[in-house]
Amino acid sequence: MNKKNKIKIVVNGKFLTVNLKFTLKNLVEKLKTPINKVAIELNEEIVDKKKLNKVFLKNKDKIEIVHFIGGG
Amino acid sequence: MKLDILKIANKKFKSRLIVGTGKYKNMQECAKAIKISGAEIVTVAVRRVNILDRSKPLLMDYINPKKIMYLPNTAGCFTSNDALRTLRLAREIGGWKIVKLEVLGDKKNLFPDMIETLKSTEVLTKEGFKVMVYCNDDPLMCKRLENSGASAIMPLAAPIGSGLGIQNKTNIKILRHQTKVPLIIDAGIGQASDAVEAMEMGCDAVLINTAIAKAKKPFQMAEAMKYAVISGRKSFLSGRIMPNFQGSPSTTKKGLI
Repeated sequence: MNKKNKIKIVVNGKFLTVNLKFTLKNLVEKLKTPINKVAIELNEEIVDKKKLNKVFLKNKDKIEIVHFIGGG
Repeated sequence: MKLDILKIANKKFKSRLIVGTGKYKNMQECAKAIKISGAEIVTVAVRRVNILDRSKPLLMDYINPKKIMYLPNTAGCFTSNDALRTLRLAREIGGWKIVKLEVLGDKKNLFPDMIETLKSTEVLTKEGFKVMVYCNDDPLMCKRLENSGASAIMPLAAPIGSGLGIQNKTNIKILRHQTKVPLIIDAGIGQASDAVEAMEMGCDAVLINTAIAKAKKPFQMAEAMKYAVISGRKSFLSGRIMPNFQGSPSTTKKGLI
């Protein structure tokens, strides 16, 4: 594995190693995230779900993927 | 009889019972209890997706947001910034604009931090949110919330999940008198009679979670709460008799042998 071609990102508090030029779209596909049921934040900024393929991830990017759960 | 409609942020509802979706044994139980309760609005929380275990059931698979209105909340938020972040994300998930704001200040009793709550209400209202606000029962703070554009004032009747019933009747009555937007009891209901009482005091709705979810028989309690809210509302609208310390016979003396 060539480390030069890899970056480390944090998704929901967990480290993930992915390829360079990895987009948010690649990420949700990798995680099999049901896109219409979640919201996505990149470094505390909400990302437009229609533009995920245009967002290239950088080393140390922090991504939050949230959904609705039961609550009072 | 004319339909008695509840209007929140220009949306109309027939049911005056709002229920929470937390604390149930599982999603099936939650979905069934909601159905029985007849609620048209349910509160939901925003949390991280479990990226490691994708087999976990999703709330949306059990409760259809097209049929029942999701009311995203900010449960667990202790600062204005956290609450704002949470609700912006909630809106992003699917265009939810009507939200429940809850900024806690006290970990033990879960009382709201009213300064942070007021600040958040102002920001959210400017961003186009319709904010239903969990708050304390202080009439001055509630008035401020209303003046800053809150879509509903939702005071606690007792601490969240305590089931103590309405501990602050005088303040709730004062709030009823002064509040122009829907007034909804948000926390503290323990049994059906508490819900009846809230509605008889003229509250526009009640929000219940723990009292149903943690009852030994949640489905039966969901039904009890449904009828309690209907009963209390009808009683309120019927114009009760004045209480009297003297007896008044129910039967005429005319024709007495």
